Amino acid sequence: MKGQKSPPVRDNSLVELKGITKVYGMGAAAVHALGGVDLRIDQGEFVAVMGPSGSGKSTCMNILGCLDVPTAGTYQFKGADVGSLSRDQRALLRRNYLGFVFQGFNLLNRTSALENVELPLVYRGIPARERRQRAHGALDAVGLTGWETHTPGELSGGQQQRVAIARAMVIAPEVLMADEPTGNLDSTRSREIMELLCAFNKEQGITIVMVTHEAEMALYAKRIVRFFDGVIDAEEHNGDSQL
Amino acid sequence: MIWETIILALREIRRNVMRSSLTVLGIVIGVAAVITMVTLGGGATVQVQTEISSLGTNMLQMRPGQHMRGAGGTRSKADMFKVEDAEAIIREISGLEAVAPSVSSGMQAIAGNKNWATSVTGSTNAFLEVRDWAFESGRAFTDAEALSGKAVCILGTTVRNKLFGNTDPLGATIRLQKLACQVVGVLESKGQSSFGTDQDDFILIPLRTLQRRIAGNNDVSAIYISAQDGISTTEVKESIERMMRERRRITAGKDDDFEVRDMQEIVSTLTGTTRILTALLGAVAAVSLLVGGIGIMNIMLVSVTERTREIGIRLAIGALEREVLMQFLIEAVVLSSFGGLFGIIGGILASSFGAYILGLPFILNVEIIVIAFVFSAAVGVVFGFFPARRAASLDPIEALRHE
Repeated sequence: MKGQKSPPVRDNSLVELKGITKVYGMGAAAVHALGGVDLRIDQGEFVAVMGPSGSGKSTCMNILGCLDVPTAGTYQFKGADVGSLSRDQRALLRRNYLGFVFQGFNLLNRTSALENVELPLVYRGIPARERRQRAHGALDAVGLTGWETHTPGELSGGQQQRVAIARAMVIAPEVLMADEPTGNLDSTRSREIMELLCAFNKEQGITIVMVTHEAEMALYAKRIVRFFDGVIDAEEHNGDSQL
Repeated sequence: MIWETIILALREIRRNVMRSSLTVLGIVIGVAAVITMVTLGGGATVQVQTEISSLGTNMLQMRPGQHMRGAGGTRSKADMFKVEDAEAIIREISGLEAVAPSVSSGMQAIAGNKNWATSVTGSTNAFLEVRDWAFESGRAFTDAEALSGKAVCILGTTVRNKLFGNTDPLGATIRLQKLACQVVGVLESKGQSSFGTDQDDFILIPLRTLQRRIAGNNDVSAIYISAQDGISTTEVKESIERMMRERRRITAGKDDDFEVRDMQEIVSTLTGTTRILTALLGAVAAVSLLVGGIGIMNIMLVSVTERTREIGIRLAIGALEREVLMQFLIEAVVLSSFGGLFGIIGGILASSFGAYILGLPFILNVEIIVIAFVFSAAVGVVFGFFPARRAASLDPIEALRHE
């Protein structure tokens, strides 16, 4: 069934959405957030999702991140049908394969950077010593050595987002889901964050899906997917960053 | 994981010390109240028991007539016992230690220029045995004194104090009506009985002396009997009743015109009363535990609302529903257990102070402490479940959007 629809022979597809729709509410009040989305993301890609507010890009991200379920359509993650998973199974999928970076950082307040980064490892049941070691490593990779004991309140926005990236990266995820990661940052910090993401993509081959409305940030991605009114309106490849 | 969740809960509690302590105050007061009530009640029970056992728990009392129902203390009229009744009991009933026929009457006792209204009991040395009296000084009656009805007497400490003060009464003479008695002994003090009467306020003279030289008859108004150790007082009581019915020629179907009372009955009536009282007070105190539990539920609900975003983050990075549930449940349990712990400390302090003030023995009931602690933890589980359930079932997207 796969062979007849997708012409490319290579099969390193990681994420595949087919005919995804999402409807909020019922009857006359129903809002069609997504009206049939087909999207395939391969291993190692860096995809930017763009579109105006209300175009459905965030809804699509939530479905991709297994935080939300589609009304109709199929979602395959590494060949597994996400639609048939229970709430707990989706949580396990997030725990083991997905890293999240949000616009508002979403770090635990009054909790040190190190402990924030350790959090996903806690749920994975990794022993304290190894957890600490890996969290140190992840903070080091985002250039925050020496800031481990600082709480989010004591860090700048750019530093907080680095902590968030370290938290997402510490589990070595299959996909990094970034929802407007630079939305709350100035242009210098934004560029630093984007370079960091690019480095993870290039050096570690981490697949990245990033929602943004800033064209400048989207240029860091290899592929740009544009949403409009709940459907994918256009797709383009950035030749410069691809090669 | 559990351990980490507990540490997490402790940290969360420490962040809101003021709020947490106010929240658990209900539990603290509840547990402290339960422990205080039960401990003091237990102390009172023990005190009643020891006081009564100072009367001798293996003691039986036999009196003519029956307690009239409803009429406080009055007795139906019946013939007095005779000395022969006591002798028959000694002869025919086995397993007895001592049998003391006795008569008591109120009298003025005069020594020198002092006088004191007291109760004079005529009985035998067996009376001392049954009631477990020891001598402070002097001696018991000699057989010759008892048989011939000599004018000798033994004083309770209250009488000694009233008539002789600090001087030694041995050998002195006191007058009971027209009879001049020589003091041969002083009993050790027993203090107040649990019924509030002064047990030391009496004079003992030989039964025959009282019968012949004061009363002028052969009546015996009460017979005190003590059973040997290991002999059931209930059985002794039954066989005495059977024998006495025969002796007093009571036909089948007619009520006894005498009464044999078992001290065990009196003990159980009295301790039963204090137990019921303790249970009642304990139940009232337990209500405050319930109120404390509702306080915990309330504050946990507030906490879940405040920490919606945190819950969203945890759920997004892959926490399972039951893990979030456990986190909040454990927090509630840790909170209420703290309440239980402080309540136990407070209860111990309050009850030891109360026991000191009330002059009761301080007997800590470990069982009730364990129960109170387990119960307070259980309050956390019960009242923490609903807020925890609410936290766990949050939608991660909604939760992340919160604020």
